Amino acid sequence: MSAPTLEVRNLRTHFFTRGGVVKAVDDVSFTVEAGKVMGLVGESGSGKTVTGFSILGLVDAPGRIAGGQILFKGRDLATLPEAEMRGLRGNRIAMIFQDPMMTLNPVLRIDTQMIETVLAHAKVSREEARQRSRDALGQVGIPSPDERLKAYPHQFSGGMRQRVAIAIALLHKPDVIVADEPTTALDVTIQGQILAEAQKLCAQFGTALVWITHDLSVVAGLADDIAVMYAGKVVESGPVTQVLDAPLHPYTLGLIGSVPSRNRRGEPLRQIPGMTPSLLNLPAGCAFRSRCPRAEPGCAEPPPMAEYRPGQHARCIHPHQEAVAA
Amino acid sequence: MSETLTALPATETLADPIIELRGVSKRFSKTLDFAGRIAKRLGANLREEVVHAVDGLDLTIRKGEVVGLVGESGCGKSTLGRMVAGIMPASEGSILWRGRDMKSLNAAETREAKLRTQMIFQDPYASLNPRLKVQEIVGEAPQFHGMAKRGEIGSYVDEQLRRAGLDPALKARYPHQFSGGQRQRIGIARALAVQPEFLVCDEAVAALDVSIQAQILNLFMKLRRELDLTYLFISHDLGVVEHLSDRVVIMYLGRVVEEAPAEEVFRRPNHPYTKALLAEVPRIEARKRAFAGVKGEIPSPLDPPSGCHFHPRCPFAFDRCRVERPALRPVGPAHRSACHLNDAA
Repeated sequence: MSAPTLEVRNLRTHFFTRGGVVKAVDDVSFTVEAGKVMGLVGESGSGKTVTGFSILGLVDAPGRIAGGQILFKGRDLATLPEAEMRGLRGNRIAMIFQDPMMTLNPVLRIDTQMIETVLAHAKVSREEARQRSRDALGQVGIPSPDERLKAYPHQFSGGMRQRVAIAIALLHKPDVIVADEPTTALDVTIQGQILAEAQKLCAQFGTALVWITHDLSVVAGLADDIAVMYAGKVVESGPVTQVLDAPLHPYTLGLIGSVPSRNRRGEPLRQIPGMTPSLLNLPAGCAFRSRCPRAEPGCAEPPPMAEYRPGQHARCIHPHQEAVAA
Repeated sequence: MSETLTALPATETLADPIIELRGVSKRFSKTLDFAGRIAKRLGANLREEVVHAVDGLDLTIRKGEVVGLVGESGCGKSTLGRMVAGIMPASEGSILWRGRDMKSLNAAETREAKLRTQMIFQDPYASLNPRLKVQEIVGEAPQFHGMAKRGEIGSYVDEQLRRAGLDPALKARYPHQFSGGQRQRIGIARALAVQPEFLVCDEAVAALDVSIQAQILNLFMKLRRELDLTYLFISHDLGVVEHLSDRVVIMYLGRVVEEAPAEEVFRRPNHPYTKALLAEVPRIEARKRAFAGVKGEIPSPLDPPSGCHFHPRCPFAFDRCRVERPALRPVGPAHRSACHLNDAA
């Protein structure tokens, strides 16, 4: 078997601020194969977005990758010179952001922005570049792409803008797409459309997709594998069915219990007490232990990531091994 | 239908309506500026832009009920919430407070009605004054309305904070020193401080993380039991609405398309829009499913489609849908839907 398309190994991205070192990403590992969807789930401040930025080499000072490897088809992106990274970014590895206005320049027409992206990485004529841009817009389901190419971003609705952003990410048929909460700002019916496009494109081009989200329900329907992050660490990872049906880590169990649809109507939700700790002064040992119903003295030692079931790992010394009733 | 009426939930038949909306509309118009008026006089094809945010809507909320209001962005659900809460007047139609038209109430009664209805907002960062301490945010209104004496205001505020799940020791702090979930609790304490009986929650948990969202939803349910509150719970999240509501109202482009008890809506949706909406909600139970997506975009409320607003996206639309506005008609016990298909069948 060849190397996976993307393999993140023990990634550490730290921010060296005046207030101290913020370990936004601290020992994160996962693998994405071609044509598969990896769901990276976590609450705000868990480090999921910084993980995505690290893959694309977009971490700015005072942050930097302090350790670990990001292997893209066997090449380590973490140590790649910026010049080579520029050749890959937007070409072989692309990103879709939560707010499509972050990707699109409000004062340039869509065609200008798309043709620019094509010409940045491919030696083709302007006409050929326009043709490719048009095809990409058609692929993501934008009606009459020829006319829409001449429009400005503000003339699109939120859902359409996100499609344009996806079309730009797709221009070079990248091997990896990192999508950071791309449907969070969208309405339910529009979210359904975008998820449908993502599924289709993944299957069609064999793109490895990293889908970053806080919404377990989206991941449940879309992803093959899932990694749950808490306070900069992956606390549980594995195939999506296993992790959601039989979670090992108490945090994963708590998150699933917090989703309203899973509970019986009108009954209290199984809430996680307390709140996410500040990354500036994390307690030693398991970061979840102050909120964990199973915490014991042994949790003061940092728990190692261990495989409790085939393919399913958890960072916990007392995981839920028994089958969980739905 | 008379025999099925007995199957109505108790709230439908027994409790008095706390608020009633009859044919309520809200229009926002942008008047032409000076240049525009001249251009129009010279024959330019200009007209005032009018958005029908809410369009001829009827709604009754009874005492003790939790009504979930669901819709996508731009459907007018927030505008409706603001009119119900009395902070925005209706352009047309009448709003009845305990059976009396709000317009016919005198000044003291209007103040009383508005005080009994409080609103909780979506963004806990924008809805708290950053320059006031928590004790001032929570204590200002009850002090003004004479609900607590000057000397007792401290203990009164403590009680409100404790009820919302906050440590009263933190009351001398400013809002920026709190997390999103805690700020939402401050907003809840502020609303409860004037002893309301009706809360309008406009996307009150949308900005919160899943685990914090569960805490706040549990708090809402606890307060409902303890204080016998009535809620209008506005949300785009069907999962949250399903969990919390007794009755669900679905809006599309300023109109109610379906209204039914919560279980009924989720088990037997009638309107094609409701069906599409339910099909699109990602469910944690559904694995590796194929997303399909409702075709098309939400139309602009500036220029809504004729007839049934949903017809351009509806897979079952026929000629009548394009010309005639469907009325909200009963299709089952306490279940009403606005679709011409129900007549055809």
